[in-house]
Amino acid sequence: MISYVGQRLLSLILSLIVASVVIFTVIEVIPGDPAAFMLGVNARPDTLEALRDQIGLNDPLLVRYFAWVTGMLTGDFGTSWTYKVPVADLVADRIWVSLPLALYALILSTLIAFPAGIIAAARRGGLGDVSIMGATQLGVAIPNFWFAMILVLIFAIKLRWFSAGGFAGWDDPFMALKSLTLPAIALALPQAAILARIMRSSLLDMLGEDFIRSARAKGLTRRQALWRHAVRNALIPVLTIIGLQFSFLLAGGIIIEQVFFLPGLGRLIFQSISARDLIVVESVVMLLVFVVIMVNFAVDLAYAMVDPRLRTKA
Amino acid sequence: MTHFTKLLGAGALVLTTGMASAQTDITVAIQLEPPNLDPTGGAAQAIDSILYSNVFEGLTRFMADGSVVAGLAERWDISEDGLIYTFTLRDGVTFHDGTVMDAEDVKFSLDRARSDDSTNAQKGLFADIAEVTVVDPLTVQVTLAQPNGSFLFNMAWGDAVIVAPESIETIATNPVGTGAFTFTDWVQGDRLMLTRNDAYWGAAPALETATFRFISDPTAAFAAVMAEDVDAFVGFPAPENLPQFAADPRFQVLVGNTEGETILAMNNKLPPFDNVLVRQAVSLAIDRQAIIDGAMFGYGTPIGTHFAPHNPDYVDLLANSPHDPARARELLAEAGFPDGFTTTLKLPPPSYARRGGEIIASQLRAVGITAEISNLEWAQWLEEVFNGKDFGLSIVSHTEPMDIGIYANPDYYFQYDNAEFQALMATLNTTTDAAARSDLLAQAQTKISQDYVNGYLFQLAVPTVAQAGLTGLWLDQPTAAVDLTGVSWGQ
Repeated sequence: MISYVGQRLLSLILSLIVASVVIFTVIEVIPGDPAAFMLGVNARPDTLEALRDQIGLNDPLLVRYFAWVTGMLTGDFGTSWTYKVPVADLVADRIWVSLPLALYALILSTLIAFPAGIIAAARRGGLGDVSIMGATQLGVAIPNFWFAMILVLIFAIKLRWFSAGGFAGWDDPFMALKSLTLPAIALALPQAAILARIMRSSLLDMLGEDFIRSARAKGLTRRQALWRHAVRNALIPVLTIIGLQFSFLLAGGIIIEQVFFLPGLGRLIFQSISARDLIVVESVVMLLVFVVIMVNFAVDLAYAMVDPRLRTKA
Repeated sequence: MTHFTKLLGAGALVLTTGMASAQTDITVAIQLEPPNLDPTGGAAQAIDSILYSNVFEGLTRFMADGSVVAGLAERWDISEDGLIYTFTLRDGVTFHDGTVMDAEDVKFSLDRARSDDSTNAQKGLFADIAEVTVVDPLTVQVTLAQPNGSFLFNMAWGDAVIVAPESIETIATNPVGTGAFTFTDWVQGDRLMLTRNDAYWGAAPALETATFRFISDPTAAFAAVMAEDVDAFVGFPAPENLPQFAADPRFQVLVGNTEGETILAMNNKLPPFDNVLVRQAVSLAIDRQAIIDGAMFGYGTPIGTHFAPHNPDYVDLLANSPHDPARARELLAEAGFPDGFTTTLKLPPPSYARRGGEIIASQLRAVGITAEISNLEWAQWLEEVFNGKDFGLSIVSHTEPMDIGIYANPDYYFQYDNAEFQALMATLNTTTDAAARSDLLAQAQTKISQDYVNGYLFQLAVPTVAQAGLTGLWLDQPTAAVDLTGVSWGQ
């Protein structure tokens, strides 16, 4: 177990180093001068130069890379060029929108997908299976931003149960959750559809395994064998997908954040790229990479818990 | 508290605000969020949209009709030679932090904007200032290096507002001005809030609080207005939805003018656009009305030169470039391009450029010119087109007020280098007599129209959708501003 964890840890650190180099170089080569963007078309050359000096754009690339990396190691993510506040503050505000939204969507999608997948697998070929699989086909096919617009049309414009967008803030947790509900549903449904299909096929694979036959031979009913033995073993591929989905939901909610004008991380990255606020883009993307790598690390550890062979093999 | 009782409470709240006769709060949406709150340190229009007149004021100010009137300066005297402006400041004006606004603050603001390490995006406004002297706490004297007929106009810009040395360090996140509203909170990415300034020197505004929201997605904008999440949307991004709002008794639609001359910019130094016949051919190939209808859903006023049609000095020069593809072909043949030519058409993000670009490309194709479209982000556009001058054609709206002077700068991106025009502008800058200025401006407009410097398309319109009961919103946008000082809820 120790060496398994050690291996994972080493690959984690290497991934982070490679990621920081790639992110920095890729973002720095995007065409467009940040200072020119900030000062617009009437800016004079001396004004541009003064601003470039002020935000440190005149330093060599390598110096800026090491300043950035060493800053991050001490928890300093730099100061936004356009917002003029520390990047850490910007992220801290927005993580409280993106993280709850991702968790909310993940919980919803799991709550829908698990029962749906299990029912479909248990009644393979039956009416329940066919209708659930039909629904998941639809769920995978519908783009989430379109689904989001339909939700807004029905629940915000027609019924007026929810506001069309914006975030109420955590001062009132109920209102905050309420403003995240439509976005979470829009994000969760396609994910739930994918997850339900994986759950079903993974369960069906397990149901064909020898150990299930043994369990049945011992006298367990089909249902008992399914719940006691198959579900737990079917979880490994499902966990992988959940890990991937969480990363996607955290960073990839950008279109949904745009549709519901939520102040989340995705929108921050989007705004910062168009404003060429490169320090924000670099730090936020690096942070997301860090989170994704950590989630994968956690998923790896979870494998080891679900599958004892991984613990002893190494 | 259970969710159910909270829901009940929320319902009751909705009912009471709905029944209240005089609402004193407003939620206004604009498309873009300001990057920071320092109007003297960046070009982003969203900064002025929120803060101009509401939070910050200058010596002079723009009114809704574009006229320039007294602001923090109550009155002024101009010396005979036009070089010395003596401003008398209003008495009893305080900044939101309680400090007094006096001549020292004016000197500080103007000197800061024109200093060597200034990052003012419109530093040119202050270029003619030679010296700023404090005479007494309420009198300040500005000496110009040369007469400047637009000086009072320049001082009305959002980039020339009066700031205080006491609060300058934190202006980007906590703006402290003299206006009728104080800044209260900014939840970055979501909303910004203002509260009425009870110590305001002028007439108290009717509104007590104002919330700005930032919605750039056209679909989200439509939903937010329809769901009545926002009371007004200034600069509504989806013109195709305006008829629907106009037909709905809950809303009013205001379509006003901006200072944005939308042009098909031509690179005057890049062959074949260095040939006036080619530029004329391009101008004649354009069907303005088709562009306004197709790209702007009919909103926009055709222009024949680089000047705002609502300005009293505007000269109608549309007759210089009527839509005449046959004549355009002849001109091309005359210029040595009987089979046309291929060029680039680089488009920035706004929909007027992207949608307009497709239409213009097809109109040019009809006379034999192939325009290869590439879509650029703003930062890319600034680098390639504006600074790099690496383009054949581009479409952009020049939103600065009274900016015909850019044609006198041979380094400006479309690279029009004409000594006659430059002399005209030099004379204009030193002329203060109104009639003489009108005459010079007319000559300048005619000159660039006859030289076909650029293809002049239309004056950009600004649509505002608001709740039917709101009054006092600006119709036109003489400068980027959502001035709330005169806004109120009617019955």
